[in-house]
Amino acid sequence: MVYDNPDGVRIGLEVHVQLNKLNTKLFCGCSTDYHDDEPNTHVCPVCLGLPGSLPVINEKAVDFAMKIGLALNCEIVGQTQFHRKNYYYPDLPKGFQTTQYDYPIASRGKVIIEGEDGERVIGVTRAHMEEDPGRLQHIGSIEKSKGTFINYNRSGMTLIEIVSDPDMRSPKEARRYLDKLRSILDYLDVFNGDLEGAMRVDANVSVFGGDRVEVKNISSFKGAERALLYEIMRQKNHIRRGGKIVLETRHFDEARGVTISMRTKEEEHDYRYFPEPDLVPMRVADKVPDILKTLPELPDAKRERFNSQYGIADMHARALTIQIKVANFYEEVAAEVDPKDAAVWVADILKGELNYRDTDVDAFKVDDIVEIISLVKQDKITEQSGVQIIRTILDEGGKPQDIVVSKGLLKVEDDIVAKAVEEAITESPEAVADYLAGKEKSLNFIVGKVMQKTKGRADAREAREKVLAMINK
Amino acid sequence: MAAWTDISGIKQRIEASSAEEITASYLETIGKSRINGFTTVWDKALEVARGIDKDGNSGPLAGVPIAIKENISTTGLSTTCSSKILEGYVPPYDAHVIEKLKAAGAVILGKTNMDEFAMGTSTESSCYGPTLNPWDIGRVPGGSSGGSAAVVAAGEAPLSLGSDTGGSVRCPAAFCGVVGLKPTYGAVSRYGLISYANSLEQIGPMATTVADIAILMDVIGGYDHRDSTSINRENTYIDSLKEDVKGLKIGVPDEYFGEGIDEGVKKAVWDAIGKYEDMGASWKKVSMPHTKYALASYYIIAMSEASSNLARFDGTRYGLRVEGENWHIMASKTRALGFGEEVKRRILLGTYALSAGYHDKYYLKALKVRTLVKQDFERALADVDVLMAPTMPTPAFKIGEKIDDPLSLYLADVNTVPVNLAGVPSISVPCGFANGLPVGLQIIGKPFDENTILQAAYSFEQNTDHHTKRPWEVA
Repeated sequence: MVYDNPDGVRIGLEVHVQLNKLNTKLFCGCSTDYHDDEPNTHVCPVCLGLPGSLPVINEKAVDFAMKIGLALNCEIVGQTQFHRKNYYYPDLPKGFQTTQYDYPIASRGKVIIEGEDGERVIGVTRAHMEEDPGRLQHIGSIEKSKGTFINYNRSGMTLIEIVSDPDMRSPKEARRYLDKLRSILDYLDVFNGDLEGAMRVDANVSVFGGDRVEVKNISSFKGAERALLYEIMRQKNHIRRGGKIVLETRHFDEARGVTISMRTKEEEHDYRYFPEPDLVPMRVADKVPDILKTLPELPDAKRERFNSQYGIADMHARALTIQIKVANFYEEVAAEVDPKDAAVWVADILKGELNYRDTDVDAFKVDDIVEIISLVKQDKITEQSGVQIIRTILDEGGKPQDIVVSKGLLKVEDDIVAKAVEEAITESPEAVADYLAGKEKSLNFIVGKVMQKTKGRADAREAREKVLAMINK
Repeated sequence: MAAWTDISGIKQRIEASSAEEITASYLETIGKSRINGFTTVWDKALEVARGIDKDGNSGPLAGVPIAIKENISTTGLSTTCSSKILEGYVPPYDAHVIEKLKAAGAVILGKTNMDEFAMGTSTESSCYGPTLNPWDIGRVPGGSSGGSAAVVAAGEAPLSLGSDTGGSVRCPAAFCGVVGLKPTYGAVSRYGLISYANSLEQIGPMATTVADIAILMDVIGGYDHRDSTSINRENTYIDSLKEDVKGLKIGVPDEYFGEGIDEGVKKAVWDAIGKYEDMGASWKKVSMPHTKYALASYYIIAMSEASSNLARFDGTRYGLRVEGENWHIMASKTRALGFGEEVKRRILLGTYALSAGYHDKYYLKALKVRTLVKQDFERALADVDVLMAPTMPTPAFKIGEKIDDPLSLYLADVNTVPVNLAGVPSISVPCGFANGLPVGLQIIGKPFDENTILQAAYSFEQNTDHHTKRPWEVA
C-alpha cells in the first residue's frame, strides 16, 4: 500500500524537551527539583537575572544535549555558541532568552517512524540548547485572579528544542514521530516525561504546497494530533472557499479543539539575535567519541535484536521496545519462561491491563508474571485465570499463589470433569438427541451444564471435547 | 583630615590609633564634601572598622577604607548605576570583587557617583546630579567613574573601584590627577558588575599611587568560576613595584596625537616620554592605522550590547515601577521615566544596529573593525613592550560644556576605546598639568602583562613629583 497524501500535507514539529533529570539549571547551580515546591524557592541572582549576575554553562547539560543529538543521528557542532534572543515578557527575567542560533549543538539527523505506508525517515533539522523562562500563574481563572504571579522556579531550566524537517504527511505520522522521540529520550534517561511541561510541541503545517502555519500552545501528543487534524481541515476549507493561506502563527485552544490566529508574518518579532558575550565557546567536538560510548542500545536496535534473539513477532518486538522499562522487564521475564509466551503475556496482556489503569510496568513484579505464565503453561490454571490474577494484583495486590487459592482458580481434576460430563449427558437426553440429529448448538447446552457443575473451574474447551468424545462413543 | 594617604600610610596610622578612627576621619571628610562624589555612605562602615580592630584582621587591606562605584553589587547597600530606574534596588549579593575586598579587611565607605549606567565621559548624566572636579569645581571629573576618581583626589577615600568600558576608569583618573588601571579583559571577575557592554568592560582600581593599584589588584584580580570570561592565571602584581625601565621599549602611536589634541596635554605627554628616555628606556613611533575606526566600532558594539543588557529593567522585579493597565504599558512607562536621555539614546541606537536589515551593516561590521583594531595592537606590541599616549586629548572640560553635544563627548573617548576593543591592559598616571589641570599619561601593555605597565608607571612615579601635587580641596 502506498500512501499518496491526497491533501499534500506537510508537517514539521518543534519539540521542547526539558532536561529535568539534570541536577542543576543550565546557567546556575539552582536545583531542578522544584515541581512540588513553593514558588520562587529555587532561584538565585543568575536565574532571576539580577543586575550583575553572569551565566556559567552547565557542562553536564551539554553532555546530555550531545547524547540526544547523537541518538537522533545528528552531526555535532565543533564548539558551542550561544546567542541572545531579545524580547520582552514578564516570565523572561533578563529581557532576552539565552539560546543557540546559527550554531546549534546538533543538526542534520533523522528519526525512523512507522508511517502511513511502512517505515518512514523523518529528518531532524537541528537540536539546540536554550533556557526555559519562568511561569505565569493565576489564582483560579485568569479572569478571576486578582493578579498575575510569576514563578521563576522554572527559569533557567535546560531545554533542548528539536526541530524536524517538514516530512510528516498526516497527524498520525506526527503522533508517531512524537511517540518515537519520547521513546528515544526515555532510553537516554535525560528527562522524566511525566513531569508537567517536560515536552512541549509547536507544529508547522501546510497543505497543497502552500504557506505554512505555525500552531503553538499544544500541551500533549493527543493535543498535537487534534490540533493538526483541525488545522488541516481549516486550511483545506479555506482554500476551497477561494481563500489563500498566509504565513501566520496560530494558538491551539485545547478546550474547544480549534486554532486561533495570534499574529501574521508582518507582526513577527525581530529578535535581534547576537552572540552572548558572557559565555565563551566550549569545544565539544573532541567529546563525541566518549559520549557515543555512553549511548544505550536504542529502540530500533533493540527491536531488531528482540526479533532475532527471541524469535518473537515484530508487532510484539515493537510494543516491547517503546519504553525501555518494558523492554528490560520483558528480558527478565524471557530469561525465565519461553520468550514467545513472555512476549504475548507482557506485550498483549499485561500492557493492556496497565494502560487501562493508566499505570506503568513499575506497578508489576517480574517474579509475579513469571509465576503466572508458568502456572498457565503447567496447565494448573486457565489463561483466563491468569488474566484474573494480573487484574487482582493490580487492583488489590497480593501474590499469584495466594490469589489462586483465595479465588479457587486451580484447574479441577480430570475425574471431576469426567463425572460432570457423564451427569450432564444423562440429564440432557433431548439435547443429545438434537445434537445427533445435526443441531450443533445443542452441544453448548450440555457444555454449559458441565461448567455449572464444576462452578466454572473446568476449561470450557476441554469440557467440550470430553462431551463430544462421550456422545460419539 | 583631608589628605592623600596611601595604604602603607593608613596602616601606620591604624597602628597608632585604630581602624575605627581612620574610617571616622574619612567619614568626617565625606560629610564636608562639596564635590558630590559619594551617592551613599554605608551606615555599617564604622561597625566594620570596629570589627577589624577587635578581631585583628591580618588581610592586606585590614582597616583600609575604599569607595565603590555605584554599579558594583554590594549586599545591603544600594546599587543603582546612578539611574532612577534602579531607585531603591539593594542587591542581595556581593560582587566577586566585594567578597575579595571584605575578606582582605577593606572597609567600604560607600558608593560613588557615575554617569547613568556608565554611559558617559563626565559624570553629568547621573540621577544624583554631577560630581565636581576637586581641581576646579566648575569642571567635570571625567567619567563614567567620576565619583570614584574625584573622592580619591579630594582625599575622601584612599582607594576606589571603578569600571572601564571605554575609558571610564582612565578618563576620570586623568581628569582628577590620580592613578587608574583598566586590567586585561578577564583579569578581574565581572560577577556583580552591572553590565553596560559586557564584552568590553572590566572593573579597575583607582588610587593615589601605583603601589596601591598593585596591592588592590592582588586582592581583586584572579579567577572566578562565576564569570566564564575570567581567566585562570596566577599573577602577583606587587612584584611589579621595581624602579627599573632600562631597556624598556616604548611605542608611541601617532594616531593618538590626532586632531583636537590640547597642546598642553601633548607637551606633558612628550615630556613624560622624554623622562623615560632619560631613565634608560627607548621609544619609537608605531602605526595603528585602524584607530580612526575604533570609536565608531566601539559605540556600535557597546550600544548593541547595552540595548540587550538593559532590557531587564522593566519594573517587574526590582527598582522603579510605574503602574500601567497591562504589563507592557507598565514596562514602557517605567522605562520612559526611569532611563535618562543618554541611556535612551544608546538603547535606541543599539536596538537599531541589531535590527534585521541593519545587523550586518552595523553590528557585524563593527565586529570586523574590532578584529582589525585588535590586530593593530598585536602588531604594535610585537615590536615594543608598551605603548604610551595621552589618556585624554584634553584636560577636564567645563560642566555643561558638552552635555548637549553627545558626538563631541563621544570623541573625547578616542584614545581610550581602542584599548577596550582589544582587551589589553592600560593604566593612566598623572604626568603633569595643562592650564593648571592634571594630565594623564596612558601606558598600554600586552594582554595579561599588567606587571610591565605597572613597573613602567611605578618607575615614572618614583622619578617625578606630579603625583604629589594636590587639588584645592586637599591643599
